Amino acid sequence: MTRLAVVDADRCVGCQLCMFACNRRFGEGGLAKSAIRVRSAGGFERGFVVVACRACPDPPCLKVCPVDALESRKGGGVILKAGKCIGCHRCAEACPVHAVFWDDEANKPNICVHCSYCVKYCPHEVLAMKEAEQL
Amino acid sequence: MRLPTRVLIADLTARRFTVEDRADLFQYYIGGAGVAINLLREYCPEGADPLGSENPIVFAVGPLVGLYPLASKTVAMFKSPLTGNLGESHAGGRSAVAIRSAGYGAIVIRGASESPVYLSIDDKGVHFRDASGIWGIASSVTTGRIIRELETGAGTRTIMRIGGAGERLVRYASVITETYRHFGRLGLGAVFGSKKLKAVTVTGNHGFEVSDRRLYREAYDDIYKRAVESPVMKKYHDIGTSSNIMPLNLQKGLPTMNLTATTSPDAERISGEILAEHYLGRRVACAHCPVACIHIAALREPYEKEPYFYKTTMIPYDYELIYALGSMLGVFDEKAMLHLIDDVEIWGLDAMSTGVALAWATEAQEKGLITQKETLGLNLRWGDQPTYAKAVEHIVKQPNDFYSALARGVEKASAIYGGAGFALAFGGNEMPGYHTGPVGYVGYLTGARHSHLDAAGYSIDQAALNGKLPDPKAAAAKLFKEEAWRQILSSLVVCFFARGIYDKDTVQKTLETAGHHKVSPESLDKIGVEILREKNSFKKREGFKPRDLRIPERVFETPSPLGKVDEKYLRESVEEFYRLLYA
Repeated sequence: MTRLAVVDADRCVGCQLCMFACNRRFGEGGLAKSAIRVRSAGGFERGFVVVACRACPDPPCLKVCPVDALESRKGGGVILKAGKCIGCHRCAEACPVHAVFWDDEANKPNICVHCSYCVKYCPHEVLAMKEAEQL
Repeated sequence: MRLPTRVLIADLTARRFTVEDRADLFQYYIGGAGVAINLLREYCPEGADPLGSENPIVFAVGPLVGLYPLASKTVAMFKSPLTGNLGESHAGGRSAVAIRSAGYGAIVIRGASESPVYLSIDDKGVHFRDASGIWGIASSVTTGRIIRELETGAGTRTIMRIGGAGERLVRYASVITETYRHFGRLGLGAVFGSKKLKAVTVTGNHGFEVSDRRLYREAYDDIYKRAVESPVMKKYHDIGTSSNIMPLNLQKGLPTMNLTATTSPDAERISGEILAEHYLGRRVACAHCPVACIHIAALREPYEKEPYFYKTTMIPYDYELIYALGSMLGVFDEKAMLHLIDDVEIWGLDAMSTGVALAWATEAQEKGLITQKETLGLNLRWGDQPTYAKAVEHIVKQPNDFYSALARGVEKASAIYGGAGFALAFGGNEMPGYHTGPVGYVGYLTGARHSHLDAAGYSIDQAALNGKLPDPKAAAAKLFKEEAWRQILSSLVVCFFARGIYDKDTVQKTLETAGHHKVSPESLDKIGVEILREKNSFKKREGFKPRDLRIPERVFETPSPLGKVDEKYLRESVEEFYRLLYA
């Protein structure tokens, strides 16, 4: 199984096309359901930080879910069972890279499913799909 | 929620806000410029003082924002303190997506605050935050840095702010957003300053439904493909707008030293090619734009007295900045030019007006119209950037009558000190960097904003280099048609750089998927003309008379690439434009 990887954040121009692509999977505009985020590294003059799920083999978000709404994904990361989720935010708080985003309207987390849709819309080769690898 | 039709009205005097649904406006006028001019007419009383509490600030976005690429502009409208008439300025960055994501199609800011304030806007409305602790910070960059730490929404918010120039009411002060984008022209920064408004931040997290998901994705992919494959877009991505320096210099259409010349053997030093090769440090994009036309130079320099102690400054450059603060001032040393750009950015001034003002002052001093008494000991000379930097500071701080006049623009300054013949403003707005021929000037004169972007007359001149110049009436008709169509683009809030991608067919398709009712190509044309007429009727209401348009003689003296500009051509074409407009 492959996972989403940020291969060269220095090439990122902050266009956020990946964020819009992620949201568009749901046939919607805007960024409410996006599971990836590009923010400046403290001002545009300093470049950009691409915040995306690392597909942890032993995900901290899963461990803190009180209702087992997050299930382990083959190849790393988690799968959200939205029906079970009570919107407690613990997964978002547990993620050390802040890659669990929030859909305020649905009150559910936006969890990356490593589908590669965002990669197709990155014109600057910042993102790629890669095999999970250990150090 | 489909179309962004809610209008947030923030009252700085009462520190209250209301939200109104204005589907009536958005359904017909689409968004952006079309909606903004209507809101301006409603909220700006006739004869309003541009720096009085009665002058509203309108921000408007459109139905394609957040749905499609290259449609992320915010249109600001206000009464301009520079021209005393219609103020309209567009900026990108993250402003438009943030406004729509917060649930609004437009924001109106009314009244004035007694003490410094900044607004934090989200889907719950407006939080009026005390800004007394940040008022007086001269740097727009520092202001942004502080507010960034105070507010949430990193990555999706916009932080519009002013620097010292806005606080000190320089009539061409800008509002800066996301460090490198500007509501540059016509003095929105001074309107902020007059309201004691240091900044406006907007953040939100709403999604937008579409009418047909499949059609939406199809239309998206079509636009995306054309955007990343288009050679025009590649030009903006690779070298950027500054790729225009060399061709204009070669054509002898690059205004140089207050348009006493149109070319310089040194122009290559400030060209996009040289800057890219030696300084380009980063490229940045507005939200939802694959092009990333924003070019930023990394200027690495040692501190004077400390060996091995360097600082690297990130300075944005674009064609117009290079023209105004480079060639127009004879500053052909690229490092010196970058420093001047940096100063203007930090103070929060419009680069074009500042450059033209300094160019006029240089020539006025050369000719003895002003002396060191006026300039406070400065000897303004072409190419002398350190002196220009001091003059820029004086423009902001206005320590005497002369600099106060210069802070009101060249139209006002030349009315007091003379030298109107080389005070290069049109309709009160300082000229852009194209001395391409007559049609460019007709465009500056007739454009609702007196901007080169109103109808791009310079491109008609440039086409005539290898063809035939249209006669004055035909030129007016072309400009009228183009400016009317651009009202549609700026109502959709599509970037003008993407005008080739958003043809009528694409506009129709994208509007429909966005949930807007069907609009035929003919009605698009009709609405465009209507918006243009409404903007001009606002101008008429506020006292604008086409007959009073002043044309500085310099324009006729310095040959253009198409030869000497003929005054008769200009007058005839301008007259025809207004005949078409008021027909």
